[in-house]
Amino acid sequence: MQANIKVKRYDPETMHQGESRWDQFQFDAHPSATILDALIHIREEIDPTLALRCACRASICGSCAMRVNGDAKLVCKTRIVDISPHGEEIIIEPMGNQQIIKDLVVSLDPFFDKIRQINPYLAAESEPQQGEFIASNESMVNLLTAMNCIMCGACVSDCTVLEVDSNFIGPAALAKAWRFVEDPRDEKRNDRLEELNNTEGGIWDCTRCFKCVEVCPKDVAPMERIMEMREMAIQAGNTNTPGYRHTESFNRSVKKHGRLDEAKLAVESAGYTNIPRLIDLANIGTRSLMRGKLPPVIPHKAQNKQLITNIFEKIESEKNT
Amino acid sequence: MYKHDVLIIGAGLAGLRAAVEATRLGLDIAIVSKVHPVRSHSNAAQGGINAPLTDRGDDWEGHALDTIKGSDYLADQDAVEIMSREAGDAVIELERMGVIFSRGDDGRLGTRRFGGQKVARTFFVGAITGSAILHVLYEQALKYGLNVYEEWFVTKLIIENGRCVGVVALDIKTGQLQAIWAKAVILATGGAGRVFEPSTNAIICTGDGLALAWRAGVPLMDMEMVQYHPTTLARTGILLSEAARGEGAYLLNSNGERFMQKYAPEYLELASRDVVSRSEQTEINEGRGIDGNVLLDLRHLGREFIEDRLGYLQEVAVEFLGIDLAEEPVPVQPGVHYIMGGIKTDVDGATSIPGLYAAGECANVSVHGANRLGANSLLDTVVFGRRSAVHAAQYIQNQQHGSESDQHLQNENSRLQSLLDRPTGEGWASIRNYIANEMTKGIGVFRDQNSMEGAKAAIQDMEQRMQNVSIHDKGKIFNTDLIFTLEMEFMADVAKTIVHAALARKESRGAHFRTDITERDDENWLKHTLVYHDQQNQDNIRVDTSPVTITKWEPVKRVY
Repeated sequence: MQANIKVKRYDPETMHQGESRWDQFQFDAHPSATILDALIHIREEIDPTLALRCACRASICGSCAMRVNGDAKLVCKTRIVDISPHGEEIIIEPMGNQQIIKDLVVSLDPFFDKIRQINPYLAAESEPQQGEFIASNESMVNLLTAMNCIMCGACVSDCTVLEVDSNFIGPAALAKAWRFVEDPRDEKRNDRLEELNNTEGGIWDCTRCFKCVEVCPKDVAPMERIMEMREMAIQAGNTNTPGYRHTESFNRSVKKHGRLDEAKLAVESAGYTNIPRLIDLANIGTRSLMRGKLPPVIPHKAQNKQLITNIFEKIESEKNT
Repeated sequence: MYKHDVLIIGAGLAGLRAAVEATRLGLDIAIVSKVHPVRSHSNAAQGGINAPLTDRGDDWEGHALDTIKGSDYLADQDAVEIMSREAGDAVIELERMGVIFSRGDDGRLGTRRFGGQKVARTFFVGAITGSAILHVLYEQALKYGLNVYEEWFVTKLIIENGRCVGVVALDIKTGQLQAIWAKAVILATGGAGRVFEPSTNAIICTGDGLALAWRAGVPLMDMEMVQYHPTTLARTGILLSEAARGEGAYLLNSNGERFMQKYAPEYLELASRDVVSRSEQTEINEGRGIDGNVLLDLRHLGREFIEDRLGYLQEVAVEFLGIDLAEEPVPVQPGVHYIMGGIKTDVDGATSIPGLYAAGECANVSVHGANRLGANSLLDTVVFGRRSAVHAAQYIQNQQHGSESDQHLQNENSRLQSLLDRPTGEGWASIRNYIANEMTKGIGVFRDQNSMEGAKAAIQDMEQRMQNVSIHDKGKIFNTDLIFTLEMEFMADVAKTIVHAALARKESRGAHFRTDITERDDENWLKHTLVYHDQQNQDNIRVDTSPVTITKWEPVKRVY
């Protein structure tokens, strides 16, 4: 079959940072060839200067994440035929949100700095005197979800929060944190939750865009892990945060009006005693008013509000049983 | 000036385990790795790690005997005894570090069966055991704040007055060559599967440490012992773990027969790997294969079981072949997987050069002999990784650093520069692929004098071509063209030692099966082959032998 590959190139020794060029490659490939096979073919047969990382070829080492037609993927497990059944052009770029070293190779130093930030090792001071920790198989199988993470960086590449806020701990490191929070052997569960709850860039900074769930090649679903930690953090008593107040206000508003009371949401998330933030909001409110975009102060009620009330009742009754 | 007490080359299981131990002993250590630690090939170990846990009634002697029988009596029995005795503590320690081993109903570690053993003593994490352990050891590295020279490529060992006192290494990200001085160096560089094609091994498994040690004068032992894994995917060589058969999968030929009944009536699919691979190849050669494959059938295990316990296998089968293991059998063939041979060490990882240690797949202690049992390689890495760090820590107490002379660096710089300055010509890729294909032809599941001579001739041809190999990329930063050329030179040395050792051994034992001499010959060949770098000899190579250590298990005929 025909492989039709366009690769974004960057040579740090002849180009300025941010510059790039596109190289086009067309050649015959094995019908079940992966994109990695194609890139290796380019490197071996056409252009030995092409830089990329790869090792295992079997989706376990995490080396070869890059963008394929705009989405981060492990190219070793992405077959050409699945992306380009009729020889359509395949666009290969380095991962996003990371500095490019050369061609498809990016610096993962910030990625691993964030992993370090969550104290990524089991805190189990009171080890058993003899033998292993006793734990249920279910509790270990549960952790497999996150232990499947191979630290390829795909989720960080495509995270829409990291795009605008480099402080965010990010999906990979938070999924790693979840692995310790959920580990029955770990003794720092509540400390971890408290820190992830309070720290800048912690669990409340995710915007739930689902992008990390979509691009993760190992089904770690980082966003779902983050949402679970929010729930756990609240249950552990971490309620004095904008994130928690936002959640509660959102919930109250929809329950009461059947729709979101945006003005109140902003104020309640900040907290009624948070004067500096309220002054900020007043300024934003004034500018919104001048542009005609201020949300109604008395919120409209949804038309079929009863249907929404039914949803709430159903969920609450399920929770209670 | 880069300077440490102990330098560890490689950040897989053996390297990280050594590094953690050395740090706990209070040493200033650093790891040098050509890839980020979590990219290391220990990742690819799927099925599990063996350990006879004596507190639950298992017997270390049982594991030792299975290992020795598996090795076709070529393993040194004193070394095996150490591994089997220390296995339990090693696995418990990994669990306490945080490895999420599968559990039984009582909440204690659960086991599965593996090849060549009757007792279920393989501890596991789904089908990602290697990855799960590697990531936990990396967590420990972060916990202790270990110093890692990430993406640095070692080009040479520094030997002064017969001692190893450091390395010269290339920082791949900057292209700068540096000397790193250390009172002791532990090689933990893994295997050399890429000397063959196809292979289950990662592209990075090019035998660097084997060649570095060999060039420095350390003998490589039993290099002819190359393991063909029975269940790999055609074309790509991607591995499907022995755990499939451990959990009950069948091997079928084109007639739908469980052919292992014929070759290993007692152990069936769980005979040792050399036996199963030969049986498969016999079926294929005699016309009962399917396009060069046999079939691995998991269907009777059921979807839920497959997805719970063998999830990664299902992922691989679906992604790479479009086969759902719960619905269809998967075609598999023997493929190069592991090298039992390696840098000759004692039971503390020490080589013949003071200050130079080796552990893990690059080393040969020898605990695997002529054939390694599945799930013994992870055990080997953690047991002997730890021991080599302990011994190195003792050794350096009375040692000074090397001369710290610039000469070593200058010599390497000019060697690399002369490579880069060569006029345009053939690149590394065609030579590397050529030799890998020739090695698979010559040193296969079955081999004979002719096939091995063919491989030898190919290597001579390769060495000629390498004289003129040229590097197209003249840049400094992330010049993989240069790295792959240096790797190819390592591979050429490793290939040569394999072929010469194979030609020397005039018998069939374990993975070394000669169709022209089909019997094991304990009278003349119950011994190790040792391959030396020797410039006085043709091909710069000299082959010698040394006795096998037998303690309590006399060699008997091997039946499965």
